[in-house]
Amino acid sequence: MFDIERWQEIFETLSKNKLRTFLTGLSVASGIFILVILLGFSEGIANGVKSQFEQDATNRVSVWTGVTTKGYKGLNPGRYIQLKNSSFDAIKYQYNDYLEYSTKDYSIWGGTVNYKNETGNYRVRGTLPDNQFIENADIGSGRFISQSDIQLSKKVAVIGNKMKKDLFKNEDPINKNIQVFGMNFKVVGVYFDPGGDREESQVYIPVTTAQKVFNGGENIRNMAFTVKMADDFDEAVAMSNAVALGIEQKIKEIHTVAPDDVSAVRVRNTLEQAEKIYSLVATIKAVFWFVGIGTIIAGIVGVGNIMLIIVKERTKEIGIRKALGALPTSIIGMILQEAVFVTMFSGLFGLILGLGLLELVGPHIESDFIKYPQVDFNIAITTVFLLVLAGALAGFIPAYRAAMIKPIDALRDE
Amino acid sequence: MIEIKDLHKSYHMGNNSLHVLKGINFDVKEGELVSIMGSSGSGKSTLLNILGMLDEADEGQYILDNVPIKNLNEKIAAKYRNDFLGFIFQSFNLINYKSALDNVSMPLYYKGVKRKERTEKAMHYLEKVGLAQWSHHLPSELSGGQKQRVAIARALASDPKVLLADEPTGALDTKTSYEVMELIQGINDEGKTILVVTHEDDIAHMTKRIVNLKDGLIIDDSMVNQVRASAHV
Repeated sequence: MFDIERWQEIFETLSKNKLRTFLTGLSVASGIFILVILLGFSEGIANGVKSQFEQDATNRVSVWTGVTTKGYKGLNPGRYIQLKNSSFDAIKYQYNDYLEYSTKDYSIWGGTVNYKNETGNYRVRGTLPDNQFIENADIGSGRFISQSDIQLSKKVAVIGNKMKKDLFKNEDPINKNIQVFGMNFKVVGVYFDPGGDREESQVYIPVTTAQKVFNGGENIRNMAFTVKMADDFDEAVAMSNAVALGIEQKIKEIHTVAPDDVSAVRVRNTLEQAEKIYSLVATIKAVFWFVGIGTIIAGIVGVGNIMLIIVKERTKEIGIRKALGALPTSIIGMILQEAVFVTMFSGLFGLILGLGLLELVGPHIESDFIKYPQVDFNIAITTVFLLVLAGALAGFIPAYRAAMIKPIDALRDE
Repeated sequence: MIEIKDLHKSYHMGNNSLHVLKGINFDVKEGELVSIMGSSGSGKSTLLNILGMLDEADEGQYILDNVPIKNLNEKIAAKYRNDFLGFIFQSFNLINYKSALDNVSMPLYYKGVKRKERTEKAMHYLEKVGLAQWSHHLPSELSGGQKQRVAIARALASDPKVLLADEPTGALDTKTSYEVMELIQGINDEGKTILVVTHEDDIAHMTKRIVNLKDGLIIDDSMVNQVRASAHV
């Protein structure tokens, strides 16, 4: 294998049979190239779908209320169920062991917010510190709402990155005052959200402040929790389903709602949906893998075919070499080493080309559903070696047969 | 140099058996230039293939330079071919993508000679056949006579005990044939043992001894007065 004379002989043979070398290389390189691109985009789609989903925590349970549709315990249908601070406290008290983060929300849908001469209409949300984790918001600068903001009902605001761009342009918003419905709020932080612009067009203020300044009293609009995750995904889904059901029953009990009234109290459990999304992503990946493996098999068959033709074409040459004293092993070795060298070299070339293209094009893809297309390098390199191995194996059979032909028969081959 | 005793060879094709060599007895001493003649089907090519270890006899003895040639496996046959024999074929059998020089150095490569020495030796033999200035040409750029001379240089390159030529002039015109024979005679003059298979009388008479084969048996084996090819050129 490391015989320099052998390598010289091989390079000579390859360089003097350029077309043959090129065609073998092309079939291998394009196979690997297509596989890398396919796997890259399947990863990209998985990333895109996941990030669409990651705008909120995946193990989130949220509670909304509406109007009752059924009479219950003498109460008429058509009653609006108003959540109160006490409802939130009751849930928190009862399920404290299962809950990771919890928040209540008192929000104004369209709030006029202005800074100096810039004005915009944004959703103003009164919330608790935990909301940062429930909404999956990343703090870009400054801080999120703190516990002391809540206790003292401070007039502080955390604005979304989109809002910052709209109102402040390139100015640093921290410690500047914005006006919400004409009231001054001090900006203490800017957040990013994987959900994108829509999720970043909100301003968070302490819930206690919101209840005071917007005359909310003890009212809250909704509440959200995250359930502690068990290690096993199925177990986690089961637990969050159980907690969601428990919360629903508790709220209905507090507000005297019929247990089978589906519109008065709605509890949404995102983990259940996450399970569906993940299984969708897994299906997409499986399909791409299937196509990819198909491509590799086609590549292997192609390489095998070419090896067969090469050996056939070289039968006479093999006969000559044997008449001149070549050992069968040296004939097999020569053909195999040539095959392995060509497939390896062009396989790596296709790999680098594919990875390079993903690296170049990947960041420029402007789609919410394809993000960071990339390939696990180990998987890619494994497929290259697999292809090389298969090519060698495909080449070995005809090479062995050729080496076993009597030189006299090989020489007669015209 | 070559001793053959009671050599038999049959070919089997289905149920038919074709007895090609029916007991050949034949010795060649060192430095001889022998031609083997016979019509097609007389078994002359089969004999040469057995002598060249490209084929094996069914029965009989074959001793080459005091080494009994029997029970050959591929590995030993390859070594013996490389050490003992040089082949010259009717259709030249040069490797078409290799230059004349590389073709000549091929047997040396399989002998394990280093590249530098290989090139020097190959060049030496190309000079010997008068093709030094053609060393970097491909076979396709050479005439038939030149190709055969490259093949002769290649056969000589590993300095074998015996040269085996199978119809070396079969694909050449008369003038080129004589040139090639002149070269073969020159090599023989230097002491190399050479066997030539031919069906042309004039070529046979340029050797020193003619062995006539018919139906798998030697019917005539006699010394002749060698006609120098140079007389015709």
